[in-house]
Amino acid sequence: MYLLILAILIPFIATALIPLIHKRIGAFHIGWFVLLVPLALFLIFIMQIPAISNGETLIQAVNWIPSIGINFTVYLDGLSLIMALLITGMGSLVVLYSIYYLSSSDSFPHFYAYLLLFMGAMLGVVLSDNLLVLYVFWELTSISSFLLIAFWYHRKNSRYGAQKSLLITVFGGFGMLAGFLMLHSMTGTFSIRETAAVVGQYTDHALFYPAMFLVLLGAFTKSAQFPFHIWLPDAMEAPTPVSAYLHSATMVKAGLYLVARFTPIFGGTAEWFWTITIVGLITLFWGAFCAVRQTDLKALLAYSTISQLGLIMSLLGLGSAALHFGDGEQGALYGLAIFAALFHMVNHSTFKGALFMVVGIVDHQVGTRDIRRLGGLMAFLPITFTFAVIGSFSMAGLPLLNGFLSKEMFFTASVNAVSLPIFGVSTWGLLIPIIAWTASVFTFVYCMIFVFRTFFGAPQLKKLDRKPVEPSIGMLISPAILCVLIVGLFFAPNLLGDHLLKPALHGIIPGISGAAPHISAWHGFNTELFMTLGIIVVGTLLFLTFRSWYKIYLIQPAGWNFTVLYNSLLQDLKRAANWITTHYMTGHLPAYFAYIFVFFIAAAGGALISTGALSIDLTADSPITTYEGMLIAVMAIAAISIPFAKSRLTAILLNGVLGFSIAIFFVLFRAPDLALTQLVIETVTTVLFLLCFNFLPEWKTEDSSKRIKIRNAVIAIAAGVIVTLIGLTVNSGRLFESISGYFEDSYELAGGDNIVNAILGDFRAFDTMLESLVLFIAGLGVYTLIRLKHGKGPGKDEH
Amino acid sequence: MNINDVILKTVSKGAVLIILTFGIYLFLSGHNQPGGGFIGGLVIASAFVLMFLSYDSETVSDALPIDFKKLSAFGVLLAMLSGIAPMFFGGAFLAQSFGYFNLPIFGKTELATVTVFEAGIALTVVGVVVNIILSISEDE
Repeated sequence: MYLLILAILIPFIATALIPLIHKRIGAFHIGWFVLLVPLALFLIFIMQIPAISNGETLIQAVNWIPSIGINFTVYLDGLSLIMALLITGMGSLVVLYSIYYLSSSDSFPHFYAYLLLFMGAMLGVVLSDNLLVLYVFWELTSISSFLLIAFWYHRKNSRYGAQKSLLITVFGGFGMLAGFLMLHSMTGTFSIRETAAVVGQYTDHALFYPAMFLVLLGAFTKSAQFPFHIWLPDAMEAPTPVSAYLHSATMVKAGLYLVARFTPIFGGTAEWFWTITIVGLITLFWGAFCAVRQTDLKALLAYSTISQLGLIMSLLGLGSAALHFGDGEQGALYGLAIFAALFHMVNHSTFKGALFMVVGIVDHQVGTRDIRRLGGLMAFLPITFTFAVIGSFSMAGLPLLNGFLSKEMFFTASVNAVSLPIFGVSTWGLLIPIIAWTASVFTFVYCMIFVFRTFFGAPQLKKLDRKPVEPSIGMLISPAILCVLIVGLFFAPNLLGDHLLKPALHGIIPGISGAAPHISAWHGFNTELFMTLGIIVVGTLLFLTFRSWYKIYLIQPAGWNFTVLYNSLLQDLKRAANWITTHYMTGHLPAYFAYIFVFFIAAAGGALISTGALSIDLTADSPITTYEGMLIAVMAIAAISIPFAKSRLTAILLNGVLGFSIAIFFVLFRAPDLALTQLVIETVTTVLFLLCFNFLPEWKTEDSSKRIKIRNAVIAIAAGVIVTLIGLTVNSGRLFESISGYFEDSYELAGGDNIVNAILGDFRAFDTMLESLVLFIAGLGVYTLIRLKHGKGPGKDEH
Repeated sequence: MNINDVILKTVSKGAVLIILTFGIYLFLSGHNQPGGGFIGGLVIASAFVLMFLSYDSETVSDALPIDFKKLSAFGVLLAMLSGIAPMFFGGAFLAQSFGYFNLPIFGKTELATVTVFEAGIALTVVGVVVNIILSISEDE
């Protein structure tokens, strides 16, 4: 019934159970239990395929905070299903792989808890229909990615990479949140489906384009698009199963998912088309170009992932033109790009996952992944070598592998785009296939580097930590399954196309009703085929002559890249924050009081004047009796005397006089609760003072300058005046409707005669609850401060 | 704190009993008469404080093996859980209910869920106040 909602919750529940299970099982590897979760979820989603491929969609909703439109609405269509299958399918393979990959010194419970946390969050992202729920899950994926990158937190680079990824993706996430809120203020709904249905009326709204760019900011940072791509190479400090899972197959595709999901909302405009296409193409080229120069295999794969993400992104941009045409031949022609994007998204997960696992095996078996130390491993790791060839040749777009099909479709889309009659494409349109082709040449080159530098040439066994041998069978199962998929998808692509890609395409471009694109390996001798042949020829030449043109990488000056910019921004931010903090956190208590009171005067006084609430009407007040007059006189004398007291004891006693006088006031005004409370508080405070007395510093007359004294006096008097004015205003002004009638019925409403407690425990129970929490935190704060002062450290006083 | 004062010790033995009784009375009567969780908790806390003042803290800790830090945490938890409980019966967060029952000895008595919430508040107050005073007094 609520199967999908349960599917999101299961990983979170499993996360909570991990510590409990871990304690019970002893030597048995906890990964086997964890494996059950993605496997079960994968089966659940597999079972949804028949319904989805018939064009149905599933919606399940639970009201969460309906008063502000936040509901836990889960929506499953073709697009979500593809993502969900990737998340759970790759999740299963990665968990299986990690069981053999992690060493016994690693903390398994932490690793799997973070991994499951990510899985749940990612499922939440792709299944949520509510924007704010999606946002929460979105940030949760950033956080779990942070935890996983910093899994080996004793390494400096891991911490750096984790922080970088978190800062960049959360920065984009905040932008995205702002975009969501703008959308909500336009349409009045948080539901993506409802937004898509009504957004047509708002394209002229002033917030339409800001919302679009902010949503794109979130997508670009998450999917490592230029210039935000710099976090992904540093994220490679994570354990390799994590890189295979989060940083190539799933999390970095969240941005692509978001763009696809928002295409029905923003698509069809020139801004959406150009922004995504241009950013995607730049990323595609720059990623491929940078990947060629890498010497670390994982860094190479990271840049290659950036490049491939750019490829899919540009396809999503090109395909959005279809929305401009709606139903018809041209719509179908450009809609092909979206189809290719989805197809390549699946293919990329298969071959990149396999390649990451290959790198993991190499690293695990020989202790390095630096291609300058590797070579000739083919003889030692024949099975791993086979996987590497299949994976990287698929990535290069060679025939008989699934990468070939989606690469050809990418070329088709880029060639089609040249003749696009809208958005002014005719001026620069020819650049699109040229960039696509050039980037693909570099892609071919780094794929060859990956295979030939690692597995061919003379073995350099002396430079390796261990003699290379094939790993245990468990580590080979996952890449083997992926390689079977790579080949299988080449021969039966339409199985995927008809059942998953077609419904997803119809969800993204609702207008398309014609036949779904049919994937076929052979189109005859057309432009695309010649482009591929050209890539193979030019790419091979470039690979063979790599040393002679390597110098072009030296053109870019060392200090001119985005990582340097990021580092210096971060440094400046730290310095500025430090400067501000040291200038107002002086450690001088009177200064802090001054801040608090000045803020209070400004806020309360400002509100009092700006709302026009200030009104003093003394006519209805009862006259002041003799007792009250005497008490006021006593309090005034005590209060004025405190600043002039010669010893601390006198000051404490005078303070006590004030407290007890207030208690007597409460008695006079017949408020026994308050009087009682005040008396007990005075008692406890006195005990506190007695205890503290020994520790307090010597009582000295204030030696501050006259100016500061006058300033403090002004602040003190102003604060007193404001409080007095508020007191008088409350009694006479009527800014709001009186709520006292509500409290007078406390016996009927709350079953109690004591109005004060009916307010505290029932009408305003939320306040009371949070106040008790504040009290608790303050108590802990006092305890910690005392226990930890003078750098005693924890534990010393714990007996 | 090491005060060797026979009179103080003797008096406080009786006084603590009275204060504790009064505190519990205040806590229970809060629904209809002056009292309630906060004030009840404060009075109970002051009874404990008196014990710690008149005897040294180790003697009291032996006789009264309560971790006041945990007590305050438990109080906060109780207050929050009492708020969540009505959600399972279709009510809003922190919704309170009450009813009148005929009990064997007490006769017709009103029972209200707000008492659980108030108990949480009281425990928080007791825990925090005693914990603060203890940590200051044990500091050297």
